Amino acid sequence: MTVTAAPARRRDDDEVRPEALQTAPTVSRRRRALRPYLLAVPAVLLCVGILYPFFLGVAYTFYNFSDANPQPSFVGWENYTALFTSGSFWHSVQVTLMFAVVATGVETVLGVGVALLLNRSSWVGRIFERALIVPLMVAPIIAAIMWKLLLLPEVGWVRPVAEGLGFAGYSGTDSAAWAFIWSVVVDVWIYTPFVAILALAGLRSLPSSPFEAAAVDGARWWLTFRRLTLPMLWPYLLVAVIFRLMDCLKVFDIIYGLTTGGPGDATTTLQINAYLEAISYARYSRGVTYMFILWIAVYVISMILVRYLNKIQSRSAGV
Amino acid sequence: MNRHQSHSQTPGPISRRGLLRAAGIGAAAAASSPLLAACGFGGPGASGDSAADALSGSFDWKKYKGKTVRLLMNKHPYTDALKAHVAEFQSKTGITLKIDEFPESNYFDKVTLELRSRQGNYDAFMLGAYMVWQYGPPGYLEDLNPWIKNTAATHGEFEPDDFFPNLLTAGQWNFKNGADLGGGKQWMLPWGFETNTVAYRKDVFSKLGLKPAETFDELIDLAATVKRKAPSAGFEKMYGVAVRGSKEWATIHPGFMTMYSRLGLKDFEVEGSKLIPKMNSPEAVEFTDRWAKMVRDSGPAGWTSYTWYQASSDLGAGKAAMLFDADIAAYFQNQDTPAAGKLAWHPGPKGSDGNLATNMWIWSLAMNANSKNKEAAWWFLQWATSKEHLQYAATEQQHIDAVRQSVATSGAYKDRLATATNFVETFEQVIGETKIQFTPQKNFFDATTSWAAALQQIYGGADAKSTLDKLATALEGRVNA
Repeated sequence: MTVTAAPARRRDDDEVRPEALQTAPTVSRRRRALRPYLLAVPAVLLCVGILYPFFLGVAYTFYNFSDANPQPSFVGWENYTALFTSGSFWHSVQVTLMFAVVATGVETVLGVGVALLLNRSSWVGRIFERALIVPLMVAPIIAAIMWKLLLLPEVGWVRPVAEGLGFAGYSGTDSAAWAFIWSVVVDVWIYTPFVAILALAGLRSLPSSPFEAAAVDGARWWLTFRRLTLPMLWPYLLVAVIFRLMDCLKVFDIIYGLTTGGPGDATTTLQINAYLEAISYARYSRGVTYMFILWIAVYVISMILVRYLNKIQSRSAGV
Repeated sequence: MNRHQSHSQTPGPISRRGLLRAAGIGAAAAASSPLLAACGFGGPGASGDSAADALSGSFDWKKYKGKTVRLLMNKHPYTDALKAHVAEFQSKTGITLKIDEFPESNYFDKVTLELRSRQGNYDAFMLGAYMVWQYGPPGYLEDLNPWIKNTAATHGEFEPDDFFPNLLTAGQWNFKNGADLGGGKQWMLPWGFETNTVAYRKDVFSKLGLKPAETFDELIDLAATVKRKAPSAGFEKMYGVAVRGSKEWATIHPGFMTMYSRLGLKDFEVEGSKLIPKMNSPEAVEFTDRWAKMVRDSGPAGWTSYTWYQASSDLGAGKAAMLFDADIAAYFQNQDTPAAGKLAWHPGPKGSDGNLATNMWIWSLAMNANSKNKEAAWWFLQWATSKEHLQYAATEQQHIDAVRQSVATSGAYKDRLATATNFVETFEQVIGETKIQFTPQKNFFDATTSWAAALQQIYGGADAKSTLDKLATALEGRVNA
């Protein structure tokens, strides 16, 4: 009641005091003129805050800045040519891509599977639905250290379990293949719930009529899943895939915490090379070059995926 | 759950520009910000003038009473000893100490970022000799010689000659790749150190009738024998020898570099102004291959994640019969562990000419060149490295090995170490040949981390020669860039 009465009173006041109307436009015009600029200030500050270090970083890639060379000079494309002609760089590109594709793929398949199971309403499902969020609440570096302890042959419980199952000679992350597999396992452990939650939200918002029609026609589960569920769920899954792929391309904490990029360089990703160059070896320009190349890769891949996402969203909306 | 919702409830079209913008900005920020915030692009180097030159008159412990010194420290028994003695320092000088401690796993990242910021938030900090090679050239470290030499700044009993000579020299360098340690600049003061020897389970050796190895061949055989025989002698799942194996510089410097040096091998040779990697010489290849095989046959499973902590813990837990690492890493395992009281020390295998060349790690103290409180910081540094504090720390606390000869030879120090079988005798045998065995150079951490990665690959079955050839070729370009 108060809310509706107050504006009415103000209108009445304005009507009985016309002088107020005469001064108001002057103030209002000034304010109106300033308003766009004032409104833009936070955005400008945000842009400057973000873009300044970004462009400074890009500038660093054209210098030879390092602790060994604290007064840097302009070196043009030297950092880029050094990376593009280095076997270590291309190896880390390969590891990064393999990790991103395998981890995202496994998480998507498992996430959809978990979502399909949880979509059947039951009390077990409701409990798991809530428990599902737990790995997501663990900081990735903590999860990596936790898993590292579990995997250590001398102290962890994975070795006795593996030996109990008849796998002799378990050696943790000593072999290149197992180091890679365990890195993917930790990522999958943390992030499958993320995909599952998005997929579950998608499943619960699908219309029921096509499924009812399919049931009337006697369609089997697999056919219904392949022809109905999956196509309708695809926009949701693609959002999850975009986020996971971008994140996996930038993976650092899980692998660094688990294997430090080893054994040898078996799990050395672009971010780990960037960290080693910039922090451990104090070659800042070389480290930033790694990061800038990674940024370009993430940007281009996400652009392609977002374009695809828009296309299928338009198609599903009938545009 | 509502299955009766229409298609319109599939996610609304996300604006392509919006998502791209967010993705781009997010990725850019993630990629750039943390690093750039830490970098002081082209910051000033150290000037030639020293604040020590401004001090005159007689020395007075109370001269900087009321000041506060901020320390960046590693969590370590040496730091615990310091904290136990802080009241003594504060009453002697009137200077307040504020200590921030970080675990070793991220301590040096913290130090590096602090120094790079050039803000002088900390006045003094702990570091090792290898860090001087990285922190020195950009001017992060204060030269301590003008302070040591100024009688107005340093108390009469400081006596720098009392430090073991190789420890003091380890803190001196002219920042020229390949140049020997030494010179007129003192970038750090030794505080506590570790020499690398073999610690072993004397009960296991006694039961199996074994003796410590005198040569590398014997060490390989001994480790294999222990692994083969110990389980049947009642030491279940015991393996032969624990050494570090993680992918970091610290894997190379203890046992590996000690044995490497005793066999007369070099990491680099200096040719003119160039460093030539020598870890792929035929002798170095043979040694590396045999070292990797020794670990594979007689070391722990999961070796590639072994830091000093796992290696020494295995000795203390009764899983390893020998540890070729820092003498004090084993010393701390001789108390309150299943192996307590059962450990003994030995210098380890000798070189073919009988030498005991040994590499070392020195926990030292340095002054931040950007400290705004250098006088009080120096008052702290000279007290913390004084005979007075180090004698207390070595006899009443766990500050071992002693860096001062007067402390190391004192009866009280030897008495407290008497329960550690052959600890003092082993120390006395190797100390004369204990020094930094690496070639000083600015890219030390790249060289040794890459070396550790190559060692892991050889351990995993890669061909030693081709792996080390590849390493040497890659390093030659990088260390001479």
